[in-house]
Amino acid sequence: MLHIDFHHSAKKTRMLTDPTTVTSSSTPSTQAHASEQVPLPGPDVLKKWLYDMKLIREFEVRAMQAYQNKLAGGFLHVYNGQEAVAVGTIAALQKGDPVITAYRDHGHALARGMDPKVGMAELFGRIDGCAKGKGGSMHFFDVPNHMYGGHGIVGAQTPVGAGLAFATMYEDEVINKGKNSHVTLCFLGDGALNQGAFHEAANLAKVMNLPVIYIVENNRYAMGTAIERCTSAADSLLHKAVAYGMDAVKINGMDITETYPAMKSLVDDIRANPRPAFVDMDCYRFKGHSVSDPRKYRTSEEELENEANCPIENLSKFLLSSGVMEEADIKAMTKEIRTEIRAVVKWAEESPPPGIEELYHDVYVEEWGPYTGTSLPNFMKDKPGGQA
Amino acid sequence: MSRTIEFRDALREAMSGEMRDDARIFLIGEEVAEYDGAYKVSRGMLEEFGPRRIIDTPISETGFAGLGIGAAMMGLRPIVEFMSWSFSLVAADQILNNAPKMLYMSGGQLRVPIVFRGNDGAGGQLGSTHSWCVESLYANVPGLKIVIPSDPYDAKGLLTAAIRDPDPVFCLESERMLSMTGGVPEEAYSIPIGQAVVRREGTDCTVVSFGRPVHFCMEAAEELAKEGIDCEVIDGRSIKPLDIDTITASVRKTNCCVVVDQSWSFASIGSEVAAQVHRYCFDDLDNHVHRVHSDDVPAPYAHDLEAEMLPNARKICEAVRSATYNA
Repeated sequence: MLHIDFHHSAKKTRMLTDPTTVTSSSTPSTQAHASEQVPLPGPDVLKKWLYDMKLIREFEVRAMQAYQNKLAGGFLHVYNGQEAVAVGTIAALQKGDPVITAYRDHGHALARGMDPKVGMAELFGRIDGCAKGKGGSMHFFDVPNHMYGGHGIVGAQTPVGAGLAFATMYEDEVINKGKNSHVTLCFLGDGALNQGAFHEAANLAKVMNLPVIYIVENNRYAMGTAIERCTSAADSLLHKAVAYGMDAVKINGMDITETYPAMKSLVDDIRANPRPAFVDMDCYRFKGHSVSDPRKYRTSEEELENEANCPIENLSKFLLSSGVMEEADIKAMTKEIRTEIRAVVKWAEESPPPGIEELYHDVYVEEWGPYTGTSLPNFMKDKPGGQA
Repeated sequence: MSRTIEFRDALREAMSGEMRDDARIFLIGEEVAEYDGAYKVSRGMLEEFGPRRIIDTPISETGFAGLGIGAAMMGLRPIVEFMSWSFSLVAADQILNNAPKMLYMSGGQLRVPIVFRGNDGAGGQLGSTHSWCVESLYANVPGLKIVIPSDPYDAKGLLTAAIRDPDPVFCLESERMLSMTGGVPEEAYSIPIGQAVVRREGTDCTVVSFGRPVHFCMEAAEELAKEGIDCEVIDGRSIKPLDIDTITASVRKTNCCVVVDQSWSFASIGSEVAAQVHRYCFDDLDNHVHRVHSDDVPAPYAHDLEAEMLPNARKICEAVRSATYNA
């Protein structure tokens, strides 16, 4: 008998004090409320989280400016408002755990350790970008930091995420004859729940018991279409995962002091007992779908109400009230980040655009016809971990 | 040591041989394990390699094609079997976006050393949805390679090369040829991707084809020889890269060219070969390049209609006679 334990309706309030969990006596569940047992890390890590979240925000603010100034082209989907999701989930990982996401990918790449200079250079289409200026905003890859993109087609990364988890488990268990040691995080937007690729990936992941966690960043809009207008069972997304026999948990993605413990408990459990899981990550996208979005599909009252629940402010308040930081420390941190990102923009602007010869490079590994083989991007030239 | 085996056995030898040497290789697809392969290509492989390396999947092409791509990004060497390439259409985004473009989009960070393989072309009265020749559709995309063996020897050699290749390779087999027998060495060997072979030397007309229709070309060449028309038949072996040098060298000798391509004519392998031959052999040609394709209609079910729709020896003979001014 399925028991759904909703402490809060997602529509009434965005602040959830407890992870809401779908449990069942015979089918999947997370260790209900086990997250309460996971303590928050020490002050240095908490401060690093604040730093990382503010860095992502500042990166996006400057990216939007650069876009307006035509330094960046194409599409630009910024992460403002969702910083606690990337930082709080990735904090629960170990070094070699793969991460993959969709096109709103800057936050995940930075949280996974990408050098912001390399990310900004990619936005500007420069040779020192993570993909030599050939990928752009939607394709942030950083293999040494186990960030596997950055994928532009909605939902297309979900079977690939299953493949990343398959590979780590295969390497551990089949090649090295050991025990599974990795967990893959595969992020998707709530809009991707309506793509067939996700449902095929979910079924396959469960049939093969792959250690992958599908994190739905439920910011309530699939581009400009409200979730209630395009997604069935919009107020009970966990049912979709339970239908595939997956563990499913709802987590507050606007307060990292809740996001992290819930994720840490889930990640540790999946690492020890490999199987797929599903997270309905409650969050809100402060900006539009992309920079050109006039946001006519939602009210300014709704936006203001949600912006008041800012994940960066929430952590700042926590750090102040718990005595870990003082106002002056936070101001100093903000200033430091502004200075850093200003330098990042300058560095990216000074990086040259890719030469025309790059057109026929990295198409094939092997040289043939007009194709000139492949090579690692500049940021990886002194680092191990790349395949090329 | 060469001995006579079936086309399907040659494919299996390529996979099993490489799998014994490299633990990173695994086979995944519908019915490849417990069923022994829908067409018995993977017969016995589950017994030898176990269920962790010979993996049955749900009927879910987008899912398992994408899974293979993710595994390849991590350094594994997946062989993904499509029961039919017709079914690959539902996985188009994975096989056309993710596999061939990952290297470029990641600026050289991520290789996708994967093989997609399965039956291509009309299997015999299967109707239009199951009779796809995907080569013209997929060859349009940069970043992938396509091989198309026409006999058991090539099946083993080309598939071995595909498995060893660092880029995504599509191997197009044919249900109608799986029982064909031929001499195949026991030891491992590979045929370089992108090299054509001259199957029959001749002086009057170059006939270029790929995969199963190569046999119809050979049949037509025998027929035409009786009329005094001496054809040189070239088996492309690979579609991408295309070995245009072998083709143009032949056309410079015969001054005449017919392309036989089992896909539809519009924007096809046939039109690509014709365009390149016209470009490189403009002054050598005595006539424009003639093309033989499947008729530009959905594949029909009725036996005689299907036979008429596909390239066959009669159509090839007519094209060669016309190209050589013997019509």
